[in-house]
Amino acid sequence: MATSKTNNFATLQRRSVVHRILKDRGDAAVVTGIGNASHDVASAGDDDRNMYLFGIMGGAAMVAFGIAVAQPECRVVVITGDGELLAGIGSLATIGVEKPKNLSILVIDNQAYGATGNQHTHTARGVDLVGIAAASGFDHTALITDNKALEAAMDDIYKKPGPYFAVVKVMTKTGSRVTVPNDGTRTSRRFRKAVAGEDA
Amino acid sequence: MARAATKKLKKKTDWPVDVFRVLKDADVRQVAYVPDAGHTELINLCIADNAVRSVPLTAEQEGVAVLTGAWLGGEAGALLMQSSGVGNVINMLGMANECRIPLLILVTMRGDWGEFNPWQVPMGQATEKALVAAGVIVHRVDDTDRIAETVESAARLAFDAGRMVAVLIGQRVVGVKDWTK
Amino acid sequence: MPAKTKITLDRRKVVARILRDRGDALLVTGLGAPTWDAAAVGDHANNFYLWGGMGGAMMTGLGLALAQPGRRVLVITGDGEMLMGLGGLATVAVQKPANLGICIMDNQRYGETGMQDTHTEFGVDLPAMGRGAGIAETAMVYTSKELDGAIAQLYDARGPVFVNVKVVPKVQPMILPFRDGPSIKHRFRDAVLGET
Repeated sequence: MATSKTNNFATLQRRSVVHRILKDRGDAAVVTGIGNASHDVASAGDDDRNMYLFGIMGGAAMVAFGIAVAQPECRVVVITGDGELLAGIGSLATIGVEKPKNLSILVIDNQAYGATGNQHTHTARGVDLVGIAAASGFDHTALITDNKALEAAMDDIYKKPGPYFAVVKVMTKTGSRVTVPNDGTRTSRRFRKAVAGEDA
Repeated sequence: MARAATKKLKKKTDWPVDVFRVLKDADVRQVAYVPDAGHTELINLCIADNAVRSVPLTAEQEGVAVLTGAWLGGEAGALLMQSSGVGNVINMLGMANECRIPLLILVTMRGDWGEFNPWQVPMGQATEKALVAAGVIVHRVDDTDRIAETVESAARLAFDAGRMVAVLIGQRVVGVKDWTK
Repeated sequence: MPAKTKITLDRRKVVARILRDRGDALLVTGLGAPTWDAAAVGDHANNFYLWGGMGGAMMTGLGLALAQPGRRVLVITGDGEMLMGLGGLATVAVQKPANLGICIMDNQRYGETGMQDTHTEFGVDLPAMGRGAGIAETAMVYTSKELDGAIAQLYDARGPVFVNVKVVPKVQPMILPFRDGPSIKHRFRDAVLGET
């Protein structure tokens, strides 16, 4: 079982990581957790199948779960941060029991609360999210710390039956802030039309 | 050691069956819940129906997020909880509020009628105000015969008019816990 | 997922055994069955009974342990209650309270609402989640012998300690302690702090 130490030795850059992940997305739907994750995803290019979340922590994984259940043929990918996931950690048990095959959860773990001043999160002090996911019932998990492992994960993220949970350890350095569409009334309808069809 | 010897109120009604029918007519496909005694029959009806995905939650706020996801994916959902769970969902409601996501929440009340457990009273008494403060339309029902029609109205407001709506099913209806056994 | 081990332990006997050696340890009990279990052993001024606040038992224990570093603090709660406050495992693990022992009476059921299955019935492993969070002292208990070892951990090991005892989902007689929150609070504080 993978364990995490501090990310003093993280070598991956979050923006490159997320862009690499999205490169293979095909027609997968993406839900972003609040903060840095939304910026990383938006900077790769806006997409109707992106649902960006803002302001409220802890809901990203369950939103993705609801989509995955409603659209079993659609691959649903969550790209979120460690702080956001920790705020809804019970979701892992709920999802681990339900085992949706088409759901992949990716935690871009910089071990900090980016939006509030980079205070340490619990993963900076030894909390192992991969271990928690495994204990919650996720049979497919990974701790990713280098590009080789990231490349190897693409099949798990998009093709193999899930649910899949991976932590990618990244450096603190962020990419530049971009404009992220934040009118939820608009992005939600856009997303629903793209994923569920015109008549939904 | 005091024990509350409350009168056991009549609980046997068909309202869960009627409410289940309302949910089916509204094409509800996902039902999320934290187990609650008052909702037992309705939960069991959902679990027994293959066309409905029943999702047990570790905490109620997960359910607000699930229903948001369900709607984004094109499906209607319902969230079942006890009034104590309402306290857990307030922040997460902001997401559904801001995005204008239809939500149908069915709440069985505690701390409301004949309650023996003092610790249930604060949230029971705060439930309606907390939901309204969070932007949810609240329908109260304390009459067994009116539950199904109230849920039907709430479902229309939610799915046809795109609102967050909660039906509070009064403790008088759900039945007061009998602690004398 | 490993094959299911048979569950045979009786929760009342388990809690009686745990509390037999409590000495001057402080006890917080999660709402529902764990509170009845403690009351069945016998009321005690060092017991803080919770009748609500589902998801908060372990964190209540944490605050108490941090406030009273010289006292052993025990939390006895249920699996459903623990599941509702899972983030607390990370919070506790980071704080590393040496004097805190958490014991889950895991009957894999929501006892107060009709014995519906909880997530532990389907394989969710709470001590493993505790280890994931960084809690080193954990145990999953199925047998009497394992219980003996776990009790030693709960009282003597450097905390935090997280023990999960699998118990039979049998409905026990309801033994209710007093439930007036202010009274419970005053009695407990007087016991811990001396009358203030």
